[in-house]
Amino acid sequence: MTRHELDARRLLCPLPVIRVQEKMTTLPSGDTLDVLCTDPGALNDIPAWCRINGHKVIDTRTEEHHIIITIEVG
Amino acid sequence: MGPFLFAGSLARRRRHRAVCSCRGFALVLPLPLRRPKAYSMTEQRKAVALISGGLDSMLAARLILEQGIHVEGINFFTGFCVEGHTHAIRNHHRQKPKRNNALWVAEELGIKLHIIDVIEEYKDIVISPKHGYGANLNPCLDCKAFMVGKASAWMGQNDFDFIITGEVIGQRPKSQRRDTMPLVARESGAFDRLLRPLCAKLLPPTLPEREGWVQREKLLGLNGRNRKPQIRLAARFGIDDYAQPAGGCCFLTDRSYANKLSDFWQARGDKSYELDDIMLLKVGRHLRPRAHFKLIVGRDEGENNFLSGYRRQYPHLYPTSHKGALVLLTGKANSDDLQLAARLTARFSQGRDAARVSIAVCDADGHQQTLTVRPLTPNEIPPHWYL
Repeated sequence: MTRHELDARRLLCPLPVIRVQEKMTTLPSGDTLDVLCTDPGALNDIPAWCRINGHKVIDTRTEEHHIIITIEVG
Repeated sequence: MGPFLFAGSLARRRRHRAVCSCRGFALVLPLPLRRPKAYSMTEQRKAVALISGGLDSMLAARLILEQGIHVEGINFFTGFCVEGHTHAIRNHHRQKPKRNNALWVAEELGIKLHIIDVIEEYKDIVISPKHGYGANLNPCLDCKAFMVGKASAWMGQNDFDFIITGEVIGQRPKSQRRDTMPLVARESGAFDRLLRPLCAKLLPPTLPEREGWVQREKLLGLNGRNRKPQIRLAARFGIDDYAQPAGGCCFLTDRSYANKLSDFWQARGDKSYELDDIMLLKVGRHLRPRAHFKLIVGRDEGENNFLSGYRRQYPHLYPTSHKGALVLLTGKANSDDLQLAARLTARFSQGRDAARVSIAVCDADGHQQTLTVRPLTPNEIPPHWYL
C-alpha cells in the first residue's frame, strides 16, 4: 500500500475533481492519495465523486493555507 | 445458447458508416473506430448520459435507467461553467451550498459520473463557432454538437451503445429546435445513436428504439419552453431538489460576462484566451479607464483572496493607509496611468472620503512603490469605464 500526493492548490472546482479522477486511474486498489486543495468546494465535490465511483475518503483536515483530503483507492 | 443476432441492424450500421465517411464530417470518429458488434437481445445495453446538473438531463437519465439500461454520466468542463465554486469566491455566497450539481445529480441517480476537461478543445468552439452566437457569446449549437461528439468518442472508447441528452424540442431558441436536432446528431457523428428521451416521440426512432434496447412508448414527447411537464415528472420520480433551470449553466449566456469577454478580446487584438483569463472575468468589478489597461477590483474579502493568487502574474495595487480592495492591473500602464489606477483604488477603499490615501503599487516581479493620492469622486468615474 503506497501513499501518493496530488497538488490541486489554486484550482477551482471541478478541476480538483478532474485531477483526482485522472490520478486515480493510475493507482491500484488500496493505495491512498492525499489531495491538497485551496477551493473549499472540494470538500463537497471530491467526497461526492468518491462515493459515486467506489472510493473512500478516510480523512479531511484543514491546514493553515490549504485543505488535505485523503482518499483510499477502491 | 448463443446470442440472437439482428442481421438487419448490422446492415443498417454498415450503410450508416458508409454515408458518414463519404460526407467527410469533421467530428465523425466514433463509429468507424468501433468494431462492428453483433446485437444480442440479452446483452446489457449501456448508455452515456450528458449530465449538466440541471433537471432535464437528470430526468432523461432517469427515464432510461427505468428501462433497465446501464447508464453512466459524462460532464464537460469548458472553463465557462457556472458552478458552486464561482459563488464560493464571494463572501455573501458562502452560505449557499457549494455542491457541483452534476456530481449531485449522478449521486441522486446512483450512476458514475465522468468529468472531462475540454478547456483547450473548447476554445475553437467559443472563438469561431460555425453556427454563430446566440443572444450573447453563447455558441449553443456548436457547443451541443461538440459535446455530443465528445460523448460519442467516449462511447466508442468505452464500449457503450448510445448517448442520451435532456434536450427538449423548442426548449432553447438556438440549439434545441426541431430543425437543429438532426444537425447536432449529424455533426457530432452520433447519428442515430443519439436518443433524446424527453422528446423522442416527436423525432424519428433512433437505433436504441429500433433495436428494442429501449421501449419508445415509454419515452416522452415534450415540446416547448413550458417546464410544468418536467416538474410533474420530477415529482413522480420523487425528485424535489434540483438546480433551477432558468439560470443556465454557462457564463457565455450572461450579458455582463459576454461584455467583459468582448472587451478582453478587443484589448488583446485577437480572440484567444487562457483559463486564467476567463476565470478572472468572473470575479470583481472590471473597469477600463484607458484602452491599454484595465483594473479588476475585488468586491469583498473572498474576491480579494482569489485575486491575490494572481499577484505574481499581474501588477496590483492596494491601500496601505486604509482598508480596501486588492486591484489587479492588466495591460500596460505608464506613470500617469498608475496615478489614475491608484486614485481608483483609493475610491474603492475605506479612505474614499479622505483627503489622501496611500496606495502600494506592485509590479509582477515584486517591486513596490507607494503613491499618496486623492481618491476619485464618483463623478470622476465615467459610467463607460465599467465593463
